[in-house]
Amino acid sequence: MAVRSDTIRARDEQRLGWYLVAPAFLVMLAVTAYPVGRAIWLSLFRNRITDPGGTEFVGLDNYKVVLTDSLWWTDVGTTVIVTVVTVVVELVLGFALASVMHRVVLGRRTVRTAILIPYGIVTVVAAFAWLYAFSLSSGFVNSWLGLEDKAWFGDRWSALFVIILSEIWKTTPFMSLLLLAGLAQVPEELQEAARVDGATWWQRLWRVTLPNMKPAIMVALLFRTLDAYRIFDSIFIMTGGAEKTESVSFLAYRQVIVRTELGLGSAVSMLLFATVVLIAFVFVKVFGTDLSRVRGE
Amino acid sequence: MSSRRRTVGWAVAGLLIVTYTLVPVAWIVSLSFKKGDDIDNKSFLPKHWTWDNYRQVFDTDLFTSALRNSIGISLISTVLSVTLATVAAYAIARLEFKGRKFVLTTALAIAMFPTVALVGPLFDMWRSIGLYDTWLGLIIPYMSFTLPLAIWTLSAFFRQIPWELEQAAQVDGATPWQAFRKVIVPLAAPGVFTAAILTFFFAWNDFVFGISLTATDAARPVPAALAFFTGASFFQQPTAAISAAAVVVTIPVIVLVLIFQRKIVAGLTSGAVKG
Repeated sequence: MAVRSDTIRARDEQRLGWYLVAPAFLVMLAVTAYPVGRAIWLSLFRNRITDPGGTEFVGLDNYKVVLTDSLWWTDVGTTVIVTVVTVVVELVLGFALASVMHRVVLGRRTVRTAILIPYGIVTVVAAFAWLYAFSLSSGFVNSWLGLEDKAWFGDRWSALFVIILSEIWKTTPFMSLLLLAGLAQVPEELQEAARVDGATWWQRLWRVTLPNMKPAIMVALLFRTLDAYRIFDSIFIMTGGAEKTESVSFLAYRQVIVRTELGLGSAVSMLLFATVVLIAFVFVKVFGTDLSRVRGE
Repeated sequence: MSSRRRTVGWAVAGLLIVTYTLVPVAWIVSLSFKKGDDIDNKSFLPKHWTWDNYRQVFDTDLFTSALRNSIGISLISTVLSVTLATVAAYAIARLEFKGRKFVLTTALAIAMFPTVALVGPLFDMWRSIGLYDTWLGLIIPYMSFTLPLAIWTLSAFFRQIPWELEQAAQVDGATPWQAFRKVIVPLAAPGVFTAAILTFFFAWNDFVFGISLTATDAARPVPAALAFFTGASFFQQPTAAISAAAVVVTIPVIVLVLIFQRKIVAGLTSGAVKG
C-alpha cells in the first residue's frame, strides 16, 4: 500500500512538474521550433513575397546559390574576424577588469555599478555614440588623435575597427562579470600557498588562478562567441553593411526583409543557424573534456 | 608593496574602469546638448548648452510613440515572461520529474539561437495571422528569448531557498497561504526581481525584431525608430536629435543599474556558472 501511494505520488509530481513547466516551454518553442521548421521548408523554394504566384520547389538550389556566391564568403570572413578579435580582446580585457573588481576595496560598489552601464545600455545607442565619435563631421576622435580628415567608415578595416571597438566596449562587462564569478571560486588558500612557495605573480596566474577558473572561462567564451557571431545592430547603425562590413546576420536580414527573397534568405538563415550549432557543439565537446580534466586532478 | 599602497593602486585601476564605462555615455550626453553648429565643433563638449534637442524629440510623434511602444512592450513582456519563468523554475527547483534537464537544455539552446535566423519565418507567419506590426507580435518573441535566462536565473536562485521554513511556519500554526506569503514570498522576491530586470534589459535593447516585425508607429520600439531617424528630412540635425533620444532611452537603464547593482551582478553570474 505504502509503495503504491509512493508511485502515485511520484506520478502526481511528474504530472504537476510538467503542468508548471509547460506554459514556459510552449512559449519558448512557439517562436523557435516551428519557425525553424518553416525556415527549412521555405529554403527549398524559390519564393518572393512580391511574386506569390512564382513559388517553385527548387530543392537545395538556394543553398548552392548562397554557397557559391562570393558575397556569402566575404560576409562569413567579416563575421569570423569580428568574432575572433572581439572575443580574444574581451577575454584578456575582461579578465583584467574582473581582477580589479575582485581586489578593489576603495570604491568597490562604484566600480561594480559603472561596469553595468555598458552592459545595460541599448546596443543601438552605443553604436551611435561610437559612430558619432569617429564621424568626420561631428567626431572628436580625429581632432584628439591629430588625424585631420580620416574617414573611418570609408574603408573596410578602419570601419571594422570602430565596429569591433564598440562591441568590445559594450560586451566586455558581461564577460568580466562571468569571469569575476569564476575568480571568486579560486580558493584563496591555494593562492597563499603558492605565494609562500615563492611563485611569481605570473606563475600563480597560469598555475593556480586560470586552471581553477577554467569552467567559468569556457562558459564566458561560449556565450560571448555565439553572441558575437550574430552581430547585427552595430553594423546596421554604423555602416549599413557598406565597405564589405556586412555580417552573416545582416545578409540574412537583407535577403528576407529588404529583398523579400524568403527562399534565399531562409537558406542563409539556416546556414547561420547551422554554424551556431557547430560552434556550440565544438565548445561543448572542448568544455566537456576540460571538465573531466579538472575533476581528474 | 605595502597594503596601503596596494589599496590605492587598485582604487586607481577602479577609477580607470569607471572612466572606460562612462566616456562614451558622457559623449552622447554632451552631443545631445550641442546647439546648431556646435554639433560639428569636433570637440568633446558643447560651446553652448541647450535643451532644444530634447524639446525637439519630445515634439516628434515618431519618437514619443516609439517611447510609448518600448515602455509598454518591454513591461508587458517582462511581467509575462517572469510569471511563466517563476512557475517553471519553481517546478524545476522543487519537484522531481523526468524532463527537468531537457527543459533546461532546451532553454539554453534557445538562448544561444541566432535571432536573425527566425526573422524570416516570423515575418511571414505574423503577416498571415495579423500579428505583424502589433505589440503582441513583439511581446511573443521577447518572451521566448527572455524565458531561458529567466528560468536559469530563477531555478538557480530557488534551489538555494530553505524551503523547510515553510513547513516550520505551518508547524508553528500558520496556514499554508500565510506560510507561503510571509515566508516564501520574501525569500523568493529578490530572485524574481533580478530576473525581471534582466528580462527588461533584453526587451528594451532589442533591435532585430523591432525593425523586422514592425512597419509603422503602431509598434516600432525606440532602438528601431532611432535607426529610421537617420537622414529624416524634418530633422535639421539628426545627430543631435538622435543623441537626445538615445540619452532618454539610456536613463531607465542607468536608474535600474544604480538601484539594483548587486541584484543584477548576482543574477548574471548565478545562472551561468553554477548552472
